[in-house]
Amino acid sequence: MKRLLLGAALAVGTLLSASASFATELTFWTWRQEDKAEYEKLFAAFTKANPDITIKFEAFEATSYNTVLSTALAGGKGPDLMMTRTYGGIESLAGAGYLMALDETKIPALKGFSQAALASETMRSNKTLYAVPAASQTMLVVYNKDIFDKNGISEPKSWDEFIAACKTLKAAGIMPFANGTATAWQNETIVSALTSSIMGKGFYADLMAGKTDFNDPRFVEAMTKLKEISAYFPDGFVGLDYASAQQLFTSGMAAMFAGGSFELANFAKQNPALKLGIFAAPGLKADDDKLVGLFYDSGFAANAKAKDPAAALKFLHYAASKDFAQPFANNLNNVSAVPGVTFESPLLAKVAELNKNSIAYMTLVHFRYGEPTGSNLIQAGVSKMLNGQMTPQEIGKSMTDGLATWYAPFKK
Amino acid sequence: MLSSKLTGRRLWIAALVVPPLAFMCLFLVYPILSAFAYAFYEWRGLVRGDFVWFANFHRVLFEYPFSERTLNAFTHNIVVFFALMILQNGVGFLLAYCLWRELWGARFHRIAVFLPVVLSTVIVGLLWKLFLHPLFGAVNVSLRAVGLGTLAQPWLGQDSTALMAIIVANAWHMVGFPTLVFLAGMQRIPSEILDAARMETESEWVKMTKIVWPLVAPSATVVFTLLFVGAFNWFEMPFVMGGIDGSPHGATDVLGLYFYRTAFGSMSASAENFGPGSALAVLIFLFIAVVSSVITLKLRKREIQL
Repeated sequence: MKRLLLGAALAVGTLLSASASFATELTFWTWRQEDKAEYEKLFAAFTKANPDITIKFEAFEATSYNTVLSTALAGGKGPDLMMTRTYGGIESLAGAGYLMALDETKIPALKGFSQAALASETMRSNKTLYAVPAASQTMLVVYNKDIFDKNGISEPKSWDEFIAACKTLKAAGIMPFANGTATAWQNETIVSALTSSIMGKGFYADLMAGKTDFNDPRFVEAMTKLKEISAYFPDGFVGLDYASAQQLFTSGMAAMFAGGSFELANFAKQNPALKLGIFAAPGLKADDDKLVGLFYDSGFAANAKAKDPAAALKFLHYAASKDFAQPFANNLNNVSAVPGVTFESPLLAKVAELNKNSIAYMTLVHFRYGEPTGSNLIQAGVSKMLNGQMTPQEIGKSMTDGLATWYAPFKK
Repeated sequence: MLSSKLTGRRLWIAALVVPPLAFMCLFLVYPILSAFAYAFYEWRGLVRGDFVWFANFHRVLFEYPFSERTLNAFTHNIVVFFALMILQNGVGFLLAYCLWRELWGARFHRIAVFLPVVLSTVIVGLLWKLFLHPLFGAVNVSLRAVGLGTLAQPWLGQDSTALMAIIVANAWHMVGFPTLVFLAGMQRIPSEILDAARMETESEWVKMTKIVWPLVAPSATVVFTLLFVGAFNWFEMPFVMGGIDGSPHGATDVLGLYFYRTAFGSMSASAENFGPGSALAVLIFLFIAVVSSVITLKLRKREIQL
């Protein structure tokens, strides 16, 4: 009898240990609950190629995601794999030592990624990459094709054409822009969406090289032009919040919306009949570069204490490959950061095309690492300018002086 | 025999008192004390660093940009307190007086005045945001309809009107509460006192200021203290109507929003600064605790026992 029991126990034991080594279950956290079905398909495809690894999808509310994630990681209860934010958002996790450091020897596919993409998931202090960049967003002008056609307007090539188009629309009784600035961050998005071409690649390069600051005439000119074109925003737009502005556009009352590529999916969902077009706001002259503002908004990272680091790394290999990125782009409407991905959706293909000629959405990408952030300063500055309480020069000065408290190149 | 009865009674009392006390300690006292402790550490994200004494307090009180924001938010809280004292408690007292004197339609108005209090702040905030919509809002549309189109404003978009607009919305929402408390106070005034007063004077004003007002002092203590605490903890209404950043450009920023944004970060502008955030929480708590105790003690003194 004893022997029998012992034998049974042994058999169960071997079975258990065999099954344990057979399948590793990794947990994956994200803030994109709405993408669950598609992720599960992607994970199933991964498990097919790696039969010993399964991945479990868990989603958390978007605005508190970073707080939830860092609390869990601090308590040792974090996921094996996770979607991360970028820039300052990755630094707070990586700086605490929660994330697995990555490089090209671990994931060779990273070689093909753009510098801007890799920089979004790199910690500045040790120049180490902590996540595979997932997707970018683009600041541009979205327009209603039917309204443009009906009024004989085409995508403007110079600033004068841009203003002329606005005049034509206004005369026809249509709001040229739907934008409102009562929601603070909308004061920042319109800067990148409407004036990237006016600031220009030269200004961006000089700013990054520490050769100039926001007192630069090219930046001041951009603010001046923003003020000029705000005359074609809705009446009382300073009191118009983000949601109302989106509704003005989706209801077809306004012809254009200056914002991010992240609006496109939502606009199409709100009003499937809308024919959407996009363009980069022009510079002053027709032969100036037409630039969009670019930033990366997410990546895939592994826990530094993942229970099976090799398995976690396998997933990151997959996340950096076209096998993952192609459906990630086509089925979830992401402008994937993986090189060589093609886009089924003509709008996303156009976004990817526009991205070839871009500068960074600079207040978000470079100036959110200290207090006051560049975003704090530009949001307040533009809001005051649009309310007639600040001049373009004063915005430049307040940004330069404010950032000088922590941004070394501006310190005198 | 007697002593054992007492012990039984004591046990019974202890059994009733201990669970809520434990609950309070676990969910109120402990978090407050730990928040106190957090304020003295340096934080990287949510990871605790070194003990830094009063560095976080120094940052929020004396160092740019925090000092500027602290002062800005604190000033707004003071404005909110005084404005609501008039619009909410003052109007509440007058409404209570009218209801108590049973003016025309008193029964209907007693319900009507209290009804908004029952609604959630989020609903009232969104409702008022729609009223104040610059293009289609009821306020601007009615102004234009009666030919006062020039007075139509983007109410929530300019620093001259935004804070006041939110204060008015809050007063509309909560005015029923002081009304109810004052009304209860007035109904407790013995009729002999009122009859005696009626023999002296016919003036409604004299009766209101010399008889009713002093006699509802206990009600006043309650609503004043609660308003003080409410005004300095103000969060929901400005959050719904002005957003976490106190739009436009900080014109509706108050300590509650500012604390939340500093401690946990604002998705669209900045990362979390947990140390300064905790320091702010401690300062707000101390300020409210000290001042509301003083207010309560002072106001208690002027109460008259009936």
